[in-house]
Amino acid sequence: MAEQRMDRARMIAWLQNYGVYVAVLALLVVNAIITPHFFSVANIQTQAVQVAPVVIVALGMALVIGTEGVDLSVGSSMALAAAVLPLYLGYGAGVAMTIAVGVGAVAGLINGALVALVGIQPILATLALLVGGRGLALVIADGQLKQIENPALLSLGAEDIAGIPILVAFALVLTLGVALLVKKTTFGRQLVAVGDNRVASQLAGLPVRRVLALVYVLSGVFAALAGVLATARLTASDPSSVGNLIELSAITSVVVGGTPLSGGRIRVVGTVMGALLMQLLRATLIKHDLPDSAGQMIQAAIIVLAVYLTRERAA
Amino acid sequence: MSTGFDRTSEHEPIVDLVEVSKRFPGVRALDAVSVQLWPGEVHALVGENGAGKSTLIKVLTGAYRPDGGQLKYEGRAVTFANPMAAQAAGISTIYQEVNLIPRMSVAQNLFLGREPRTRFGLIDRARVRKEAAEQLAAYGITADVDSQLDSLGIGARQMIALARAASARARVVVMDEPTSSLEPREVQTLFDVIADLRARGTAVVYVSHRMDELYRICDRVTVLRDGRLVHTGKLAELDRTRLVALMLGRELSEERRHAHASATSSAAPRTTPALEARGLTHKRVLEDVSVTIPPGKVIGLGGLLGSGRSETAKAIAGALPIDAGGVWVAGAPVRTNSTAAALRAGICLLPEDRKGEGIVPNLSVRENIVLAAMSRLSRFGVISESRQNAIVETFIRRLRIKVSSPEQRVRELSGGNQQKVLLARWLCLNPKVLLLDEPTRGIDVGAKAEVSALIDELAQSGLGVLLISSELEELIAGSSEIFVLKEGRVVKHLAPGDVTEANLLAALAATPDEGLAHHG
Repeated sequence: MAEQRMDRARMIAWLQNYGVYVAVLALLVVNAIITPHFFSVANIQTQAVQVAPVVIVALGMALVIGTEGVDLSVGSSMALAAAVLPLYLGYGAGVAMTIAVGVGAVAGLINGALVALVGIQPILATLALLVGGRGLALVIADGQLKQIENPALLSLGAEDIAGIPILVAFALVLTLGVALLVKKTTFGRQLVAVGDNRVASQLAGLPVRRVLALVYVLSGVFAALAGVLATARLTASDPSSVGNLIELSAITSVVVGGTPLSGGRIRVVGTVMGALLMQLLRATLIKHDLPDSAGQMIQAAIIVLAVYLTRERAA
Repeated sequence: MSTGFDRTSEHEPIVDLVEVSKRFPGVRALDAVSVQLWPGEVHALVGENGAGKSTLIKVLTGAYRPDGGQLKYEGRAVTFANPMAAQAAGISTIYQEVNLIPRMSVAQNLFLGREPRTRFGLIDRARVRKEAAEQLAAYGITADVDSQLDSLGIGARQMIALARAASARARVVVMDEPTSSLEPREVQTLFDVIADLRARGTAVVYVSHRMDELYRICDRVTVLRDGRLVHTGKLAELDRTRLVALMLGRELSEERRHAHASATSSAAPRTTPALEARGLTHKRVLEDVSVTIPPGKVIGLGGLLGSGRSETAKAIAGALPIDAGGVWVAGAPVRTNSTAAALRAGICLLPEDRKGEGIVPNLSVRENIVLAAMSRLSRFGVISESRQNAIVETFIRRLRIKVSSPEQRVRELSGGNQQKVLLARWLCLNPKVLLLDEPTRGIDVGAKAEVSALIDELAQSGLGVLLISSELEELIAGSSEIFVLKEGRVVKHLAPGDVTEANLLAALAATPDEGLAHHG
């Protein structure tokens, strides 16, 4: 019996680590068989471009979740970035983007200060900005959708380098960067330690508050960048709808990717795979004219399964 | 009611625990423990941390189900499905942390779950308020029954909890450290209530580490150690020193365990202390605690559970904020209330709660060892793999840490090896002072000896070491001097020549006044 339990534990561990890869692979194989033109260059590019903003937001979310937190305000940070962007395009795309991303950093700093200094639970601290941030974005934009005509900015959403859309290149580079951050830097190690055992980290002299605050800043920056890129792709600044409910997709990607909500472990590539899995699922259903409601229910099942697996591992 | 009294006469216990056992993964929390609670007795339950007191209480109050043995209540074998069932049967508990509803009024709390009803089945508010006022008055508690519970002080809340338990027509009342947050006047009220309960034929289980209180109000005592019953009998027949010896598992003997004499005499007479802590004070926890640790020495910190041992170590390490006092390392003042400042000054704390405060379970052995030294091992925020690996390998070898690889997760290691990983975490910082809180708790015998030897070796290399242990043998064998704490004060300093079991036991058993007399 003990042996059986060991086998079960090992199987769950394996599924938690590699389940998302298997699922993505399985979906690809199924589509190769049943969906015509699925592996056309155009379709692959479309799928990748659609998932890229979610991946970027989810990378920041993974860092936050690694500290046993959560950032609900990412969608509003995207909206804020989108709203600010057209105001400064007169100074050039570079300046406008920098300011937009800086706004995301400020939003993250507010979250981080509430969590790390005031000690408010992350879900509440970031809820405030989820609600207020989009409101502020609409005030800034005067409730208007604004067309973007700056060619440099538009090229980010439309062009590609050697067949890789720029949007996707951003996501790839950031994935690599976050993976290195987690694996190789003191900051990455500190944030995982803080997420795993905060008291021990404090006693080991780690700058717990600074780590917590910075993690939300990063999440805000990533979200703002996603907001800029989404705006470029839309060719319009639309603060009322950009990034709507993206916090849920991001959390789903992180959890399905095998990062436990209890912190102390961050799976960067797993997070990307989680986002990809959800994207492929939706695409498969759409291509076969199945209703979106079916997709939502399958997504729900996958989330429950992922949470169950991470819980079993912890127990 | 009258039949109830017949069933549990003077000749039959209210509660009869027969060889009750409870096991948790890796721990035998209770091992065939038999205890009887008689009507009208105040029964002291004593033991150090991990002795099994809490488990016993939880079995009694229905929170745990025993794996073996039997729980007889009023003559019949029973199984309580949950704490509510035990309460309904007449077993009330007052926990250390008051478990009442903070946002409800005093009166509502008193009658929670058993409110008197009107004819229409609604709560009879008038009666609730009237009876609540009567009950509080009867116990000499002056509190407005309409005030919200959390507007009262912790002591007053404790008294409300007490009134609630006592009024529930309980046959057994369990009190877990009831005086820990009470003022002296309230303690007197508590003792009056206990006397009243006793007169009514209720059995009171009284858990406390305050010897004075035990001897004042308890009739019988049960001593637990490592999950086993080591003694049960009349308290008056047991003197204090003997009781402490039973709790700590040591027989009285005069022999000295260790040849400290040589180490002591070889030390220079007047050196700057490696660490000096003066007047550490934290309200209700520490009062004017001063400890001096010379370099190259192991100084013991003794005391019973709740005496402030761990708190002293934490205060020195900056992890427990202090209201007054100061810390000096090698003569230089250290900013207090900051773990980072204490670490920079070279003070390292090995915490008592290894799992909760020490290891980072999901990180690897390598990552755990370099956790505190990380910033010193990196350049521009990037960790240098080669320097890190060199340190990790050195310490794995030097401390003989048994791991399959440095990449193994720390949670998979045995307790002894986890402790060595934590020691390595501090040693790679080149500390000046090590504060070791129960360094050998929960690790097996072989590893224990190894860790003890390691501590001696570290002291000989010039570190100042503060050793906290509830095992007398370890404390005496390991320390050249011992400071004895009681209720947050240093009550005795055993100088190098005085470190014997007899002296330590006497100091632990002494009333605070006696101890202070010796000290001052």
